[in-house]
Amino acid sequence: MANTLDQLIDQVRENRIWRSIFRGGTGDSNLHKSLLVQQNVFLHLFSIKARKRTLEFSATWYLGALTFGTFMILVITGVLLMLYYHPSVPQAYADMKDLQYVVSSGVFLRNLHRWSAHAMVFLVFAHMFKVFYRGAYRTPREFNWVIGVILLLLTLLLSYTGYLLPWDQLAYWAVTVGSNIASAVPLIGAKIRFLMLGGTAVNANALLRFYVLHCVILPLAAILFLAVHFWRIRKDGGIYAGDHSSEVSNQ
Amino acid sequence: MSRRQFFVKLGVGSVAVAALGTAAFSYQYLSPNVLYEPSPIVDAGKPDHYTPDSVTLDPQTAIYVVRTAGGFFALSAICTHLGCLTAYKPDLGVIACPCHGSKFNKDGVKIEGPAPRPLPWLRMWLSDEGDLMVDRSNAIAIKQLVRV
Repeated sequence: MANTLDQLIDQVRENRIWRSIFRGGTGDSNLHKSLLVQQNVFLHLFSIKARKRTLEFSATWYLGALTFGTFMILVITGVLLMLYYHPSVPQAYADMKDLQYVVSSGVFLRNLHRWSAHAMVFLVFAHMFKVFYRGAYRTPREFNWVIGVILLLLTLLLSYTGYLLPWDQLAYWAVTVGSNIASAVPLIGAKIRFLMLGGTAVNANALLRFYVLHCVILPLAAILFLAVHFWRIRKDGGIYAGDHSSEVSNQ
Repeated sequence: MSRRQFFVKLGVGSVAVAALGTAAFSYQYLSPNVLYEPSPIVDAGKPDHYTPDSVTLDPQTAIYVVRTAGGFFALSAICTHLGCLTAYKPDLGVIACPCHGSKFNKDGVKIEGPAPRPLPWLRMWLSDEGDLMVDRSNAIAIKQLVRV
């Protein structure tokens, strides 16, 4: 039984259509395994080899991977929530209530989105602390630390813009306070607030702007910087293993 | 300058001009020309609706109409710290912000808390129909009471 299954899988992997998509070819050799990673548009961001030490739990506590996991949950649940949500006043609040009480599994998806968002902020900080205290931000990885700080800011902005969308009292006053903090910038503060809200008060324009930022602009920026972040791990010699002296400085 | 250098400069220059134009265009596009927001001028109703020595908050328009022995004045109810709506506490005689604990007296002067400025006095006048009118966009520097 197992043999026939293996044969079947091999047959599929050797046929012309499969080979036209996956050029790595079949086989268990190191070359084939390397080609599998190298010739895949997503996997080629990562190293084809990793030190055993870097894959151990104690090396990273998998905090970066867990952060990325929460991000993926947020993208999927977020897209699903968008199917029932209208970013308009006062429909937004009603839609949020509908998601909680009317839509099947709506409350599950909404809570998953909310808790994943909280978890992501926590994990981003934990990841950064771990990187900082291991000294993994040092040469040649300093630029990847900078990318990480940008990703931290994007995470916080995603949380902040998402906070307004339920259009309840908490959302309204949090964004009122937040946008007034922005207006404390010298000289151009009032103008920044005006552009941010699309008006002088937290209103329909502000809701729509925050929605577009939350659902399109900021996630696209986050995906872009995530790709660079992952690719830089490979370029900087893989995940930091701890022994600074013996590592390759540039791949 | 070689021909190649000239065309490189021309190319970089055109891209820079286009980038500046895009920045200006984006800035203008993102600034709405018409705001569908409530008018800053509010009709606060007839003066005799307000009892003597009272502080009345209208949460919809975020203004206090204060009636003293000498006359009326209007205060903005928006906290000068971070824009929260304040509330009048009659038992303490103070205006308090629920967000970060700023307190003001009836004249809008700060008593305590993080607010950097007093609550602004807003321009108030009597309309021809005898209603108290308040312009929320117009803070007045010289405090004047409206006598009825």
